[in-house]
Amino acid sequence: MAQPLERQKAKPHIAEEWVGKIYTLLCIAFLITTIFSIVYFVASKGLSTFFINHVNVLDLLTGLKWAPEGEPPFFGALPFIFGSFSTSILAAVIAAPLGFCAAVFMVEIAPKFGRRYLQPVIELLAGIPSVVYGFVGLSVIVPFFRNVFPGQGIGIAAGALVLSIMILPTITTIATDALAALPKGLKEGSFALGATRWQTIYRIVLPTTMPALMTGIVLGIARAFGEALAVQMVIGNAPHIPRSLFESASTLTSAITLSMGNTAMGSVANNALWSLAMILMLMTFVFVFIVRWLEGRSKI
Amino acid sequence: MRAKTADKIATSIIIAVAALIVLVLAGLLGYILYRGLGHISFHFLTSAPETIRKGGGIGPQLFNSVFLLVLTMLITVPIGLGAGIYMSEYAPANRITNFIRLIVEVLSSVPSIIVGLFGLLVLVNLFGFGFSLFSGALALTVFNLPLMVRITEQGLKGVPREQKEASLALGLSKWKTITSVMLPISLPVVLTGTILAAGRVFGEAAALLFTAGMSSPRLDFTDWNPFSPFSPLNPFRPAETLAVHIWKINSEGLAPDAAEIAAGASAVLVITVLLFNFGARWLGRYMYRKFTAIK
Amino acid sequence: MESIGLSAKDLTVAYGDRPAVKNISLDFAAKQVTALIGPSGCGKSTFLRSLNRMNDLIPNCTVTGEIWIRDQNINSPTTDVVSLRQKIGMVWQRPNPFHKSIYENIAFGPRYHGVKKKSELDQIVEQSLRKAALWEETKDRLHNSALALSGGQQQRLCIARSIAVKPDIILMDEPASALDPVSTSKIEELIAELKEDYCIIIVTHNMHQAARVSEKTAFFLTGSVVEYDLTHNIFTNPQKPETSDYITGRFG
Repeated sequence: MAQPLERQKAKPHIAEEWVGKIYTLLCIAFLITTIFSIVYFVASKGLSTFFINHVNVLDLLTGLKWAPEGEPPFFGALPFIFGSFSTSILAAVIAAPLGFCAAVFMVEIAPKFGRRYLQPVIELLAGIPSVVYGFVGLSVIVPFFRNVFPGQGIGIAAGALVLSIMILPTITTIATDALAALPKGLKEGSFALGATRWQTIYRIVLPTTMPALMTGIVLGIARAFGEALAVQMVIGNAPHIPRSLFESASTLTSAITLSMGNTAMGSVANNALWSLAMILMLMTFVFVFIVRWLEGRSKI
Repeated sequence: MRAKTADKIATSIIIAVAALIVLVLAGLLGYILYRGLGHISFHFLTSAPETIRKGGGIGPQLFNSVFLLVLTMLITVPIGLGAGIYMSEYAPANRITNFIRLIVEVLSSVPSIIVGLFGLLVLVNLFGFGFSLFSGALALTVFNLPLMVRITEQGLKGVPREQKEASLALGLSKWKTITSVMLPISLPVVLTGTILAAGRVFGEAAALLFTAGMSSPRLDFTDWNPFSPFSPLNPFRPAETLAVHIWKINSEGLAPDAAEIAAGASAVLVITVLLFNFGARWLGRYMYRKFTAIK
Repeated sequence: MESIGLSAKDLTVAYGDRPAVKNISLDFAAKQVTALIGPSGCGKSTFLRSLNRMNDLIPNCTVTGEIWIRDQNINSPTTDVVSLRQKIGMVWQRPNPFHKSIYENIAFGPRYHGVKKKSELDQIVEQSLRKAALWEETKDRLHNSALALSGGQQQRLCIARSIAVKPDIILMDEPASALDPVSTSKIEELIAELKEDYCIIIVTHNMHQAARVSEKTAFFLTGSVVEYDLTHNIFTNPQKPETSDYITGRFG
């Protein structure tokens, strides 16, 4: 612009705008660089098992025996994959109905009481550190299972139960938001037809909010899938597919946590652990894309 | 009649579930405090742990946790604010921005153990920071950044458009408008979120196992020179935090009172997290009232 | 200080590909109040917000055409928008004081523009508040929150805030529509005084208000100016049937 309007003063604001723009851009660039380097480094390490150590991908994914330092070595990661999926899905199966009920309670049945007491409780559950969950699991749930069911008490059941409490906040929060966002008229229309509250919930509310509820469940599964220490503490860490829910088992995260420090960087055994990490990371991406897809559906 | 019965049953089940959840939390907290509180003493909070004898404390671990928290937030807050401001105010509405959003979402769901492994590979080995507080703080930064970005974005989006326009209409630059009009208004949201994020840092362990390390040197609490290897302030020394300590004694503790120490340490951790939680709530409410109240 | 006018040439504003304002050319004289009237959605506010480039903030809003102040077209990509906005004040429909003290609300702009001395700032605050007829009510509580003021006081504070940075032109977007009648008449008195120094462009729903405060009036309808004339002529002897229909209350 020509001069007259701002001749009176120098223009510090032009430099200021650039400072702001460049600073924030650098921050976001840092974030983007970080995620790409995570993917790059984990993948390059994880893939070296296959390209440098020539381990067969299918053997790793389907093999049942894990003995990377054995003679000959075995790289069957199926027990871990099975353990991760079974604990996280079982956890979701336990937590989903609880979370849905909690959400219905907070939105439909007792909004005032719910917001005032149940909501902080849920938030506190989300804030408790995972090692504390692990500790309580180890000192309460495991002994309880040991007394009630055959076996040592450790295993998939204990892991899933601990995880279910940890992911309950995720599922509940998203379900609550979904229920609260329902247009008023929808429910009122159903009540006007003489339907009871429960009929309205399972005929109208549940189907309409299904994609959102599923989003919460998938996010919960994702969180359970990636949780390391709490599970590692209660699952027993035996590298087999267990024959019962109360028998020692392993997950991807527990195997990594336990062995990463005991193997030499660059060895086959170490690379194999990175392959497990890569599987974990890929599953994370899968979960993110499922969530995105579900969110796309719940907008329609 | 049957519909009404079903309604009654369903309602009772839902109320029972809600009660169950409250009970679970109460039981959880009660159990931890019941088991742990008795073990907490001044000696326990300040003295060093013992490996095979009874009577060890958690002093260095507690100090490490607090120091790591401060270090992490010092790195996370400026970067998170910057990135959040970019996403909320500067990012053009196009495909690249959508892609960045996807990336932030992915980063926020990367398991913390993966972040820890990444830290081991890049920070500890490649950059040569070793098992140190600094590596740990950077790993936790990575772990916390997406949350910080989301909080900042939410806070800024909540600022009324008229406030932003009023500042711009006075001839203030966009940057000045963001920093002196919009950020103060969003402060309650941002601060509350930041405190909750800090609570997460305090309790995190998986990302620290392979970055900050699982051991602590014998700290000399009389040596405050940050460059000395035994100084508590040295950011390049390994540092086992409270959360990591709990995990370690649970899986490989040899001391005869390992279970009591774990309980005591858990109680300390939970009390701290509760303080963070209530602190955030109280501060959020206080600031909200202060900003909207009539003086 | 000589007050300057503003003129728009062929101004078109579109949201996406939907034009909200079509090819408007209007001249606004200095030291005068010009009112923009018309039914809701006629584009008068959109037009007003283009004059200080406020529409830049709205994604996919495009403004084409020229806006001249003295010998500069300010609707050009090379315009230094920040400096421009200092010269064009703005007052919104709902009072929007900053969440700061009364004093800070006024001093905020001048301080940014380089006034650092406390005594000078004090003087600017007092002058601006006096001009906005708010000094007597607030001089004892300058450091209290601005949000504690009543709606009418807040709006006068916003006017004081905008004149503190010494603009030439003040844009007002229905400045009294959210206020009670007493506050409204205070704002109107204020406008009458301010026109001694500024070029004022005011959007209003209220035709009586337009008739009371303005010298010239432009009647907007569906994004175009139907008629632009002395306010007296518009209200007593409109040339176009649409104008007379609107003024006599047949629609809008």
